[in-house]
Amino acid sequence: MDFFDRFAIPHPSPVIYASMVAIGLTVIAIVAGLTYFKKWGYLWREWITTVDHKRIGIMYLLSALLMLFRGGVDALMMRAQTAVPENTLLDAQHYNEIFTTHGVVMIIFMAMAFIIALMNFVVPLQIGARDVAFPRLNNLSFWLYFMGAMLFNLSFVIGGSPSAGWTSYFPLAGNEFSESVGTNYYMLAIQISGIGTLMTGINFIATILKMRAPGMKLMKMPMFTWSALITNLIIVFAFPVLTVALAMGTMDRLFGSNFFTTTDGGMDMLWANLFWVWGHPEVYILILPAFGIYSEIIPTFARRNLYGYKSMVASMVLISLLSFFVWVHHFFTMGQGALVNSIFSISTMAIAVPTGIKIFNWLFTLWKGKIKFTVPMLYSLGFLPIFTIGGVTGVMLGMSAADYQYHNTMFLVAHFHLVIIPGVVFAMIAGLTYWWPKMFGFMLNERIGKWTFWFIAGGTCLAFFPMFISGLDGQARRMYTYSEATGFGIWNMLSFIGALGLAAGFVLLVYNIYYSTRYASRDIGDDPWDARSLEWATHNPVPEYNFAITPQVNSSEAFWDSKKNGHTLFKGDYKEIHMPNNSGVPFIMSIIFFVLGFALVFSMWIVAIVSLIGIFACLAHRSFEKDHGHHISVEEIEKTEAEMRGAK
Amino acid sequence: MKELFPRKQVMGFVFSLVLTAAALLVYFLDMSFAVGMTVLLVTAFIQAGLQFIVFMHAGETEDKGLIFTNIYYGLIIALVTVFGTLLAMVWGYI
Repeated sequence: MDFFDRFAIPHPSPVIYASMVAIGLTVIAIVAGLTYFKKWGYLWREWITTVDHKRIGIMYLLSALLMLFRGGVDALMMRAQTAVPENTLLDAQHYNEIFTTHGVVMIIFMAMAFIIALMNFVVPLQIGARDVAFPRLNNLSFWLYFMGAMLFNLSFVIGGSPSAGWTSYFPLAGNEFSESVGTNYYMLAIQISGIGTLMTGINFIATILKMRAPGMKLMKMPMFTWSALITNLIIVFAFPVLTVALAMGTMDRLFGSNFFTTTDGGMDMLWANLFWVWGHPEVYILILPAFGIYSEIIPTFARRNLYGYKSMVASMVLISLLSFFVWVHHFFTMGQGALVNSIFSISTMAIAVPTGIKIFNWLFTLWKGKIKFTVPMLYSLGFLPIFTIGGVTGVMLGMSAADYQYHNTMFLVAHFHLVIIPGVVFAMIAGLTYWWPKMFGFMLNERIGKWTFWFIAGGTCLAFFPMFISGLDGQARRMYTYSEATGFGIWNMLSFIGALGLAAGFVLLVYNIYYSTRYASRDIGDDPWDARSLEWATHNPVPEYNFAITPQVNSSEAFWDSKKNGHTLFKGDYKEIHMPNNSGVPFIMSIIFFVLGFALVFSMWIVAIVSLIGIFACLAHRSFEKDHGHHISVEEIEKTEAEMRGAK
Repeated sequence: MKELFPRKQVMGFVFSLVLTAAALLVYFLDMSFAVGMTVLLVTAFIQAGLQFIVFMHAGETEDKGLIFTNIYYGLIIALVTVFGTLLAMVWGYI
């Protein structure tokens, strides 16, 4: 292939050309808008270079919502293609590209970003800290994630999207069967954003272990912070496996090594093995923060303290350990013997036990509670039954003998969507609605929010329950079309209608943000939900330094006890506050990472070497830089606090 | 002067060089796969322990309980991953 041919789209269609034009116009519009309103300086000073965990959290949030729409459009196209038999809306190659992109975008760039967004915003507030342990590293994490996501999305207009599935199994993903540069994009984009995630993991473990407010013992931490700690532990132990696997895959594709080839001593199944050694813990990386969010929301709106705090913690620790013991259940049919499959079947069923404990704890928290049906609570209540059905069908899939029947069918697709959507998407929207007043100082409209909930919950059920039936009838996943005689038509049409319902729900969510921004009251006080944990003890919106006086904690529901049981949170006077400085280096370094990734995708070695040197130059700059942060004086704190209606 | 000399670190550095040399012998001497692999694994684990304790100061602060728990947890997961992979890909594969 000629050098310049590689940049062309291998399977062009009018839709892709239209998207190119649309992307070009959007970029021009953004640049022109920023220049016209003279916002470049503001953007650089206040957002791009920020080390404030709250702003980084909000940037993660916006990126996650953007990626949710990208992945959602992919999903709609897939459902539209399969809605009727023998449809010709998309051809096989486009369908492959779309389901690959849908999976990668939703897991790596939407769900991960969403959980990290909420962790960033909430965790330092919940433990009474001023920022995370390594604020500048946090900025670098975000920009590496963002550049990885952009690199991946670029594949669609330059060089072609990856089409080997989000799992990218070899030998299909090897050069022989995936000739275009699409899979190079997959390997490098996930690699870059994965480095960012790994840094987040280290950062948050250090933050939670070392920066808790005085008196907050580990067993007095709020449940969301506990779930964040466990999640980040899993990130630190699981992501290196992905890093190594992606590096090996990249070398196979770019340098002709033989890790995953079928000849010359390579072992193609090793990719699947390593992928799932990361991939199964990844499932728990996504679900545990969601569990944490529900454990905050349910006690708040059931007006009771959380049932079984210790068993909640113990079951999360157990889940984190067991999550590393089950990965083979993703490829029971690959040819291992009965002994291996039995071992991993049993460990898979074992993991349902701690999860069940958590479900019962939530139910007991609700028991005899004075439940307030707010929007976050509706999502939590919707989560319980739908997630349980999704989880129980997962145990069915986990029985290796039976798995031969439904492996790689739509039954599997139904299962994992019915755990991931209530487990991650519901939790994220619930968390978003719950913490929105803390982020932006006004509440999202409850009435529109309830409509959104019913569209999303109803859409989820209608879209995915029919897949159980078509899957058991034999419809394989990733089939781009089917004949009328199979009888799958009706189920797929129902799924399509469900997907439209979901789409309507997400449009309503965006409309709600727009509507509430314009009309919602700004006079809501600091604690609009009458909540229980420390993040509600500071002002709305939160000042740069979070708490004017470091809180003193002596119970697991510190803020609730200060409201109802007379504990004093803030003792002493204002003292000078030491805060970190902003820095532009992480952003520049991430841009260089983007260039490096792009150069490697297209085997442009000179550019790649120059950008590697640039990355090391940035690292060296950091090593020799003297940056002692800045201090906020007592007068400044007094002024800010007075503006925010005085300290308590 | 004696108190200022970092005796532990210098000894650790020398010992770490000895371990590296021992591992290198596997390449230069002609030994069986089993013997070579044993030498590599043993020197690697001692080397890792040395780095953690002497140069990364694990066990010198009051949170050493947390640090060692993390290291052991990581070790368990690494062993499960390696032996699980061998089980699934080699020993238990028909």
